[in-house]
Amino acid sequence: MTRHPMRTIKVDALARVEGEGGLYIKLKGDQVQDVKLKIYEPPRFFEALLRGRNFAEAPDITARICGICPVAYQMSAIHAMEDAFGIEIGGQLRALRRLLYCGEWIESHTLHVYMLHAPDFLGYPDAIQLAKDHPAIVNRALQLKKIGNQIVSLLGGREIHPINVRVGGFYKLPVRSTFLELAERLKWGRDAALETVRWVATLPFPDFERDYIFVALRHPQEYPFNGGHIVSNDGLDIPIREYETHFAEQHVQHSNALHSVFKQHGAYFVGPLARYSLNFDRLSPLAQEAARAVGLGPVCRNPFKSIIVRAVETVYACDEALRIIEQYEPPESPFVPVHPRAGTGCGCTEAPRGILYHRYRLDQDGTILEAKIVPPTSQNQRTIEQDLEDFIPKFLNLPEKELKWQCEQAVRNYDPCISCATHFLRIDVERV
Amino acid sequence: MGDEAAQPASILVIGIGNPDRGDDAAGLIVARQIRNEAPNVDRVLEHTGDGTGLIELWERATLTIVIDVMCSGAVPGTIERFDATLHSVPAAVFHNSTHTFGLHEAIELSRALQRLPRQLVVYGIEGRDFAMGADPSPAVKSAMGQVVLRVLQEC
Repeated sequence: MTRHPMRTIKVDALARVEGEGGLYIKLKGDQVQDVKLKIYEPPRFFEALLRGRNFAEAPDITARICGICPVAYQMSAIHAMEDAFGIEIGGQLRALRRLLYCGEWIESHTLHVYMLHAPDFLGYPDAIQLAKDHPAIVNRALQLKKIGNQIVSLLGGREIHPINVRVGGFYKLPVRSTFLELAERLKWGRDAALETVRWVATLPFPDFERDYIFVALRHPQEYPFNGGHIVSNDGLDIPIREYETHFAEQHVQHSNALHSVFKQHGAYFVGPLARYSLNFDRLSPLAQEAARAVGLGPVCRNPFKSIIVRAVETVYACDEALRIIEQYEPPESPFVPVHPRAGTGCGCTEAPRGILYHRYRLDQDGTILEAKIVPPTSQNQRTIEQDLEDFIPKFLNLPEKELKWQCEQAVRNYDPCISCATHFLRIDVERV
Repeated sequence: MGDEAAQPASILVIGIGNPDRGDDAAGLIVARQIRNEAPNVDRVLEHTGDGTGLIELWERATLTIVIDVMCSGAVPGTIERFDATLHSVPAAVFHNSTHTFGLHEAIELSRALQRLPRQLVVYGIEGRDFAMGADPSPAVKSAMGQVVLRVLQEC
């Protein structure tokens, strides 16, 4: 009788992901017996923190869930509150929100592409070693990321945890001349983003694809930041308010972060690959052409090629930012009137890592009675584990150290924001 | 708004931290005190510690002094001075942000890109309590005053 050796691969602390997470994989011969993405960063209790606070505080409080994607949290919170109060924002105020989102995508995607993910493909342990051999590439990254930060700072009032964003619009609007200066930098940024696409497309990619269920927002005209329906590649098309009818969160023993499941389907995939594959036709012509030029079709199912998709989305974000600035005329008021009322509101926007859903129940004064926040990384956890179950057998012939590296790289495909994912945990205390 | 340097500073002091997380506010509070007491310092900045932003701030300075909380396992309030011009600062000690690109990475990336200031000094204050909304602990508050004096002497 052949006895298959047992092997365990443990990565106690994943490098180059935002937050703290570990990975556990159990092998028997060439069979994967168990995969666990372990989130051991302590839960944050933000949903509990929000209870009893005024609706106007939600953008500032939720922004502190994450320093890389605060705009996403603010936008989802604001859209949820406006949904509850029956407010619709259009025109220049809505355009400025998209501009703010452009800034966040540029800085977040650039950080991930160059500093967190590219080193994997080139065999570097980190971006510092990459910089020693390729200083021009890393300097380009720093300059491009800075442009994203500048957009957020200009419109949001601060690079990290913006302070100029409110339910109904903004507290203060920049003058047009400030935008014109930014536009010149964005033109350089757009060229740098195009160069980024060309560069990352030359990286060596494992031949790995799965038949994912992609989920993203889809808007009648726009590549999605905010607004639209929630759609999937297997026929889902629902208004945001119906999110919880189709998606649920579950507690798993090995993780402080709740796992999200698509009811009757199981694991699903949110983020750049999902957005791109469901919305390629909504990209600007320049971004579409950049993707085609490097051989990317309208759908991409190789998660390792998410680095190319992030670069394409950075091109789009620069392009869209320029379009918004070129047509910008300051509106009469930086915000529309807001009249709180009792009710429930839902908001869902596309954080750099995928859809971020908020729901709030409010009383007649706008005090938050209940809050629910579902970050994109929670929604991808099960997919990450399933990726590894499929991926590992194909590379079992690699030496242990290289196999571990590939597994970590597979997790980094998702640019997981582990700090966001541990936003809430229900705790039952039994005293004996 | 914002804390980005628009012009190069000869002497630059940067306090790093999070004002809402107990001891993690120490660097920011030290920077504020130095701003009030040291007119010869060209620029004093309060910074979140995003590593990629630090590089551009300090690259043209003659002397940059950074103050940040550290987690080394030492007694809370312990002060360490690091000359980062020639040597790394310990990564684990200054990796107390949720973002992977913190102070250690900023320094080493600057070194790799030859974008360090002429002289870079880091003061670390050992922290312990990082609860959301809390004040800095007494040990760290005491250390902050000592660091202010030492930084003023260096400037």
